[in-house]
Amino acid sequence: MAYTTFLPPEFRVVIDKEACLQCGRCVQQCGWNVYTWDETEQRPRPDHSKCSACHRCVTFCPGGAITVKRNDLTFKGSDSMSPELVKAIWKQAETGGVLLTGMGNDKPYLRIFDHLLLDACQVTNPSIDPLREPMEMRTFLGRKPDYLEVVPAAAGSRAAGPKSKYRLVTELDRQLQLETPIMFGGMSYGSVSLNVHRALAMAAVELGTFMNTGEGGLHADLEPYQDHIIVQCASGRFGVDTSYLQAGAAVEIKIGQGAKPGIGGHLPGEKIDYQVSITRMIPQGTDALSPAPHHDIYSIEDLRQLIYALKEATGYKPISVKIAAVHNVAAIASGVVRAGADIIYLDGFRGGTGASPTIIRDHVGLPIEIAVATVDQRLRDEGIRNRASIVAAGGIRSSADVVKAIALGADACAIGTAALVALGCHVCQKCHTGCCSWGICTQRPELTRRLDPEWGAAQLINLVHAWTHEIAEVLGALGVNAIESLRGSRERLRGLGLDQTVLDILGVKAAGL
Amino acid sequence: MNAREHLNLSPDSAAVRRVPTGPARRGPSGIEPARLTAGQPGTARGEVHRQQGRVVIDARGVYYKTLNEQIREEIEQGAREIVLENVIGQRYIGTGLAYRGVTVIVNGVPGNDLAAFMNGPTLIVNDNAQDGVANTMNSGLVIINGDAGDVLGYGMRGGSVYVRGSVGYRVGIHMKAFGDSRPLIVIGGHARDFLGEYMAGGEVMVLGLGPNDDPIVGSYIGTGMHAGVMYIRGTVAPHQLGKEVRHQEPGPEDQARIREIIHDYCQVMNISEAEVLARPFVKIYPYTSRPYGRLYAY
Repeated sequence: MAYTTFLPPEFRVVIDKEACLQCGRCVQQCGWNVYTWDETEQRPRPDHSKCSACHRCVTFCPGGAITVKRNDLTFKGSDSMSPELVKAIWKQAETGGVLLTGMGNDKPYLRIFDHLLLDACQVTNPSIDPLREPMEMRTFLGRKPDYLEVVPAAAGSRAAGPKSKYRLVTELDRQLQLETPIMFGGMSYGSVSLNVHRALAMAAVELGTFMNTGEGGLHADLEPYQDHIIVQCASGRFGVDTSYLQAGAAVEIKIGQGAKPGIGGHLPGEKIDYQVSITRMIPQGTDALSPAPHHDIYSIEDLRQLIYALKEATGYKPISVKIAAVHNVAAIASGVVRAGADIIYLDGFRGGTGASPTIIRDHVGLPIEIAVATVDQRLRDEGIRNRASIVAAGGIRSSADVVKAIALGADACAIGTAALVALGCHVCQKCHTGCCSWGICTQRPELTRRLDPEWGAAQLINLVHAWTHEIAEVLGALGVNAIESLRGSRERLRGLGLDQTVLDILGVKAAGL
Repeated sequence: MNAREHLNLSPDSAAVRRVPTGPARRGPSGIEPARLTAGQPGTARGEVHRQQGRVVIDARGVYYKTLNEQIREEIEQGAREIVLENVIGQRYIGTGLAYRGVTVIVNGVPGNDLAAFMNGPTLIVNDNAQDGVANTMNSGLVIINGDAGDVLGYGMRGGSVYVRGSVGYRVGIHMKAFGDSRPLIVIGGHARDFLGEYMAGGEVMVLGLGPNDDPIVGSYIGTGMHAGVMYIRGTVAPHQLGKEVRHQEPGPEDQARIREIIHDYCQVMNISEAEVLARPFVKIYPYTSRPYGRLYAY
């Protein structure tokens, strides 16, 4: 006896017949082909099993007739064998495949950010009003010298400046200048659409921050924004040539990604259309496989070799190294900094992805809070914290998370998922299907054209401006007037509901102490 | 000799840009930070002899960063042929060089990452080379008149690498072809394990010349390979192959291409074409362009 499938639909699409204008817009809007048009009755009919609850149809239904509900089939229920696990087993029994998913880890692990509380000034130490007083949000990412060498300047020389009698001899390594401590994380063209890249690039220029190409090359249309783009060099080396390396403000070596530490990438051939193909510099329709490791990097020394090769090829631009937060992240980060990285980009296990095996996304890695705190402490203990800036990413959901990450030791934060949400992403976790109805995580032209890059840039600018204002408010309440006064200032954090081990690792006192 | 012109290889279409030479940076006590961290201080510049378009630089005791700066400066000032004498392990020679029509001749053993990200020039090494030759190279020609180390041609997208001797492990990993660019690696001697792993385009040829009794190639050949082709002169046992590849006798088109590659290689290396062609080749190719297409449940 054969069944088509055991899997019940995850959602139910409910159409209010009285409100339905029978216009057919839902049929046209849905990227997953949930709706078919019933010619005899002249109304849409949903196939519930295809719905991903992305709400595209809900948003665009002129009659407001559609709602999407969870398919509340009652299972007998078992804490151990939950309906999710049962359904996963059915799916794999039917297909024999590795379960894929998108976005970030959605499991209910402890969210440390939500157990950290910030300090504020009262009575004895005055707070600052950020609306009336200057608040320095500028941050420089890159290697800082161990010390500065100054010499007396010849009287009247220009180098001395009008007032100073001394001249700086030490020449600084190149830095990335950020006007707000928020940048955009690496998302490749191929996983996201070109219009997403355009929106991110335009917003980065306007905000005085940086977007990151991810491992998908740099499309020619983005050249005008290249001073605000970090280009990525990962194991597949897609789109990497001398022009690409020289175009970016910095180069990032991607070793790992928070959503899928230790595994490579796999962009299916269906997503490699002509434009993606010329940008990645691979033939149209072939799979783009990024090997799990860089096969030229088997040690810290090998990493050093690639870092300096990239420096040689770019005239010594800052080199960032992106690693996933994993168990020994502090020791690894120490090695990465000693290898010569100017920036170390830590990606926590809640970071998003265009596609990852579910088992990896949900069970591998560490929270970014732990990674930032341990890496910052380790680099301080070893006296090399100045040699590299720390960027915290993978689970930054709000300005409060940014503030807490910086207080734990980060120099800046990067957002990926939050940026996509600003562009309309509804976190349906179906990025790997390439059917994104919002035109974000797809290459289908009829879908990608839905995202207007200029509108998208405005959304991103609004978001980051709002967060920046919020961060300024918090800094004022803390009584400091510069983002760098907060960096690593764990004394301004208290943990509520965290056990002593976690508190010790974070270097944070319990609330009340 | 400009081997590229000599071979009449067509220049590819990739844009070539000038590489900015970084400012000479001094740290405490006049030593550059990069040197300090590398533990190799020293600012001595190599002695230069210029003769029309030809420049000879004495690399003895010159730190790699200085040497590579000197090479770029000379090219920007019009040098078309640069000879480096007394090279001992200086890294990154030719790395990121994006000048077409320039030839760099290395006398001595260059260090790792020779010609990494290189885009256009011809680079001739009159000795052995070390690891990471032609890493992510985009176009140009590299000739090694000796042996080369591991990970030669990693992620290489275009241009050619000719090695007179043998190579180490993990050669030709993730090579890929695009448009008119089709990377080619020809190895005169033998190759070790993992040759052409993840290969996504281009051509690898191993000739197994010389008195060496080693197997012509090692094991795990073409694991994860999904495009491109390898030609091995001699025989390959099935256990040496990765599970994503098949081997067969080359067809007429392959034979023509093999003769073409051999012709160019023998001309550069000055060896007998007939002798090389005397032994039959075996062709190794991926059986699918989507090796992992059925791995996932959507």
